[in-house]
Amino acid sequence: MSTPDLSVDALDKRFADHVAVDRLSFAVERGSFFSILGPSGCGKTTLLRMIAGFTHPDSGDIRIGGRSMREVAPNRRPVNMVFQHLALFPMMSVGDNVGFGLARRGVNRTERTRRAAAMLERVGLAGAAHKRVDELSGGQRQRVAIARSLVLEPTLLLLDEPLGALDLKLREHMKIELKQLQAAFGTTFVYITHDQSEALVLSDHVAVMNRGRFEQIGTPQQLYYEPATAFVAGFVGANNRIAGRAVSVDGELVELLTPQGWTVRARRSGAIAAGDEVAAFVRPEVASIELDAGQLRPQMARFTGEVQSLLFDGANSAVLIVEQQSRFEFRVALPQTGRLADLKTGARVSFGFDPQRAICFAAAAAAAAAAVTAAVTAAGAGSAHV
Amino acid sequence: MSEPSGHALWQRRMMLAVLLTPALLWLFALIILPHVQLALLSFRERIAPRTYAASLMQYRTFFAEPLYWGVFVRTAIMSALATAMTLLVAFPVAWIIAKVARGRASSLLFVLCLIPFWVSETVRALGWLILLRESGVLPTLLVRLGITAVPVELLYHNATILIGLVYTSLLFMVVPLVSSLESLDNSLIEAAYNLGAKGPAILRQIVIPHAAPGITSGCIVVFMLTLGNYLTPNLLGGKNSQWFTELIYTQFIVRFNWEQGAAFGFLLLALSTAMVALGLRVSGQRFVDVMRRA
Repeated sequence: MSTPDLSVDALDKRFADHVAVDRLSFAVERGSFFSILGPSGCGKTTLLRMIAGFTHPDSGDIRIGGRSMREVAPNRRPVNMVFQHLALFPMMSVGDNVGFGLARRGVNRTERTRRAAAMLERVGLAGAAHKRVDELSGGQRQRVAIARSLVLEPTLLLLDEPLGALDLKLREHMKIELKQLQAAFGTTFVYITHDQSEALVLSDHVAVMNRGRFEQIGTPQQLYYEPATAFVAGFVGANNRIAGRAVSVDGELVELLTPQGWTVRARRSGAIAAGDEVAAFVRPEVASIELDAGQLRPQMARFTGEVQSLLFDGANSAVLIVEQQSRFEFRVALPQTGRLADLKTGARVSFGFDPQRAICFAAAAAAAAAAVTAAVTAAGAGSAHV
Repeated sequence: MSEPSGHALWQRRMMLAVLLTPALLWLFALIILPHVQLALLSFRERIAPRTYAASLMQYRTFFAEPLYWGVFVRTAIMSALATAMTLLVAFPVAWIIAKVARGRASSLLFVLCLIPFWVSETVRALGWLILLRESGVLPTLLVRLGITAVPVELLYHNATILIGLVYTSLLFMVVPLVSSLESLDNSLIEAAYNLGAKGPAILRQIVIPHAAPGITSGCIVVFMLTLGNYLTPNLLGGKNSQWFTELIYTQFIVRFNWEQGAAFGFLLLALSTAMVALGLRVSGQRFVDVMRRA
């Protein structure tokens, strides 16, 4: 592998009373789309600002294109940034915005105009050079902000939640556009976001950040199907979190009992002994729902319950089922074939899941994730599903 | 919402009229009316005791007499100079208040700018006299330190007048500058750095264009205040000050020549209007935008 475009080594940053970035090390491959995903306050913005040079690390090193950035001022780094609110210069035309960096490098006016126009054409804004920034739509501004950075041919493009301010429809559209732009330019993108859907859709690799550390770095598929920690399981995608005590451990399988007396089995992740506090995570689409228990596949653990509410959301539709014995609220994805479309609230149903596809973590880590999980599953009805 | 009925509309209009009346009366009685009177005065000439005729003589006298002319131009140039100096002094102060200092420190700095205005302008100018006169604090200090052999008179110089005017005007420049710099999004500055710009380029391309309405509004206010200032140039400049407002005072109070004084007053009004128009033209600002900042 060639030298990574970005490599971060034992980076540390503390503010008065909390650790923003905690001895963080990672590398980003050339030409890849790398996302840092985390809840607000996890330190991702601090990390990005340190890479851009606006914040000084307490210790550790950042290398961009193999060169240490320790003594390099922000205006001399081979890094450009797309700001959260884009930070386009309202006092300049679109063309002058794109040509701003070139002018600072001493490129003459004719050359500047030519290159700005060429870059605007590549991002699909041919002929917009003379326009004022406030004449553009949100999506067009986004493209100007990217063009303004990419015209300087940076080693690294940093993006600080640039889609956050857009409405949902445009955000979905810009996701696709960003991915296409990155593929077309081949520049290494480092993207920070708290929106897991953005991270999963866009990235080659995603790092899930929590309390100044990376919980896991992996492809979107790895994060989704093989979460390394309870936090990742809770933060990425919707998940049913079942907390309880491990009753027995049989090889890979843990049997856990919830305080309400519900017994479920799940695959172990990490060391778990009988008697430990644990939490199991079951994705809604891993579970199945049937009117007749006999229809469930044989390897599934079977339960009965009552439909509490139907969460219709097209392909993301789900049913909230209350387990009969423990009154545990369990979310199951509705089959997309349209079968069970006539399900009614209050109906008695059977549901189940394959214990091999449910993951169980020891609770020390799981407790930290609890609050986040609750928030994510609660808000997860819409675009949060992938 | 449905259209308000005729009665409700009438009530609302009456309310507006009632609320605006004091301000309009004030404006009419104390500003418009005297100005009309002064305008009439300036266009007449006394031909015999208690007999007056319409004439342009007052204005002709102004243009014919080099002293009047000279003082007029000198006042304009000194005021422009004082305005420019005030801007240079106030900009870093405003920058620190708006962008560098945080929370309490920022408010404290603002109060520090305000404190001199808790005492009257007369007292402030007298304070300068105590500091700068030949037997005052500063000349004595200079002798003690061996910098000058004998106490020097620091009053009655152009520089002294300028310093006094800058001091008096500072707050009126700082306030609009702070408000326009506060509205500058910090990420614009960071973005400019990120795109490779250095300090001076950021100041020229981002900060000044953004603050332009505030700068223009501060300059207009300070220029008008300076041009029409009577006390500070008079006390700090003494007989050397040759400020145009002193000529107006002399005509009205000493020579009892109200006609000439009124003409001078209108010439000063024309001068400040012309300079403001010029300033707006040069900076490419619109009067309405600028006044919103002030």
